[in-house]
Amino acid sequence: MEWLQINYNYLLVIVLLMIGLWAMIGKNNLVKKCIGMCIFQNAIIMFFISMGVKAGSTIPILNYTKVDGVKTYFTEASMYANPLTQILMLTAIVVGVATLGMALTLVQKIYSEYGTCEEDEILKKIG
Amino acid sequence: MKVLSLIIALVMGALLTVILDDLPAWGDPNSPANAHVSAYYLENAYEQTHVPNVVTAVLADYRGFDTMFETGVVFVAVIGIMGILRREDAPNSSKKSVKRPPHQPPDPVITGVAARFMVPFMQIFGLYVIAHGHYSPGGGFQGGVILGASIILMAMTGELKSALERMTEDWFIIMTGLGFLIFAGVGLACMFYGGNFLDYSALAPLFGGTPQEAAITARYHAMLWVEIGVGFTVMSSMFAIYSYLASDGWMDRGL
Repeated sequence: MEWLQINYNYLLVIVLLMIGLWAMIGKNNLVKKCIGMCIFQNAIIMFFISMGVKAGSTIPILNYTKVDGVKTYFTEASMYANPLTQILMLTAIVVGVATLGMALTLVQKIYSEYGTCEEDEILKKIG
Repeated sequence: MKVLSLIIALVMGALLTVILDDLPAWGDPNSPANAHVSAYYLENAYEQTHVPNVVTAVLADYRGFDTMFETGVVFVAVIGIMGILRREDAPNSSKKSVKRPPHQPPDPVITGVAARFMVPFMQIFGLYVIAHGHYSPGGGFQGGVILGASIILMAMTGELKSALERMTEDWFIIMTGLGFLIFAGVGLACMFYGGNFLDYSALAPLFGGTPQEAAITARYHAMLWVEIGVGFTVMSSMFAIYSYLASDGWMDRGL
């Protein structure tokens, strides 16, 4: 039980990775494969974000105190969550949207060409 | 195939579970990911750039190359979608090789009126998120997505054509490239002033004050320009992806 409590963020990520991988390989419908790719991406995003958490920390925007109108910012690294993982995932989300748009475009073109999104039916029609 | 893929997924899950004990504990401030360079950013970002939001500072300044080519990836994706789905003869119905089935346009009164009230506020909020990204959660990507969502809302509640009258195909193609050009142009301007590509402190002669203060101000302002460029690209590419996908390249009606 204690093992579950310590590792529950990793276990959640592993479950999501398994669902995504299974959908990408095993599903017959091309749109469902795209959904699997999205789940896989989100699992990796959650992994990175949970790696950047520090116990008792807040978001990486610096706090300050105001004494006589002069702002003094606190810059101790232990006060804030890791900004680097958040930046990497911010850009990964954008790439995810771009690749998903591209994948759906290809699926749409395949559908208008063959009239179906099912993989086995497309393979039958090709050869 | 189904059974095989299930076995592959389960084996991968089992392998990942085995190595679980070697990973750092959740929330450990001394884990490898939290130790080296991220601490440097948190301790020095304000001193070097005067931007309290460390995420924005690292995104637009320290890791400027990454963000620039990220914008390039979005741009290339839009080019690819355009190349696959765009039809040269779409506005001219007589040239169509395949006739589209006729379509009765819907008349959504409630959603149309509600969206008409919401869109201006969404756009003001998007501009605020871009401009206030130095001090609060936000920046070019997030604000650009909000601005793009406001145009997509117009297209979804009314007709795609009415949104395309305000944001024409020519304009969103130009704006997608323009955002990337703004980003690269700021980098090139740094080279003209004698610095490295995307080294914003080279722009210091444009600003007043002592050389050190001017370098900080230059980095602060160049970050805002860069975020505006990112916002341009993301906003127009969101709408481009939506309008090509929803109308299958015909650009006459949406979902």
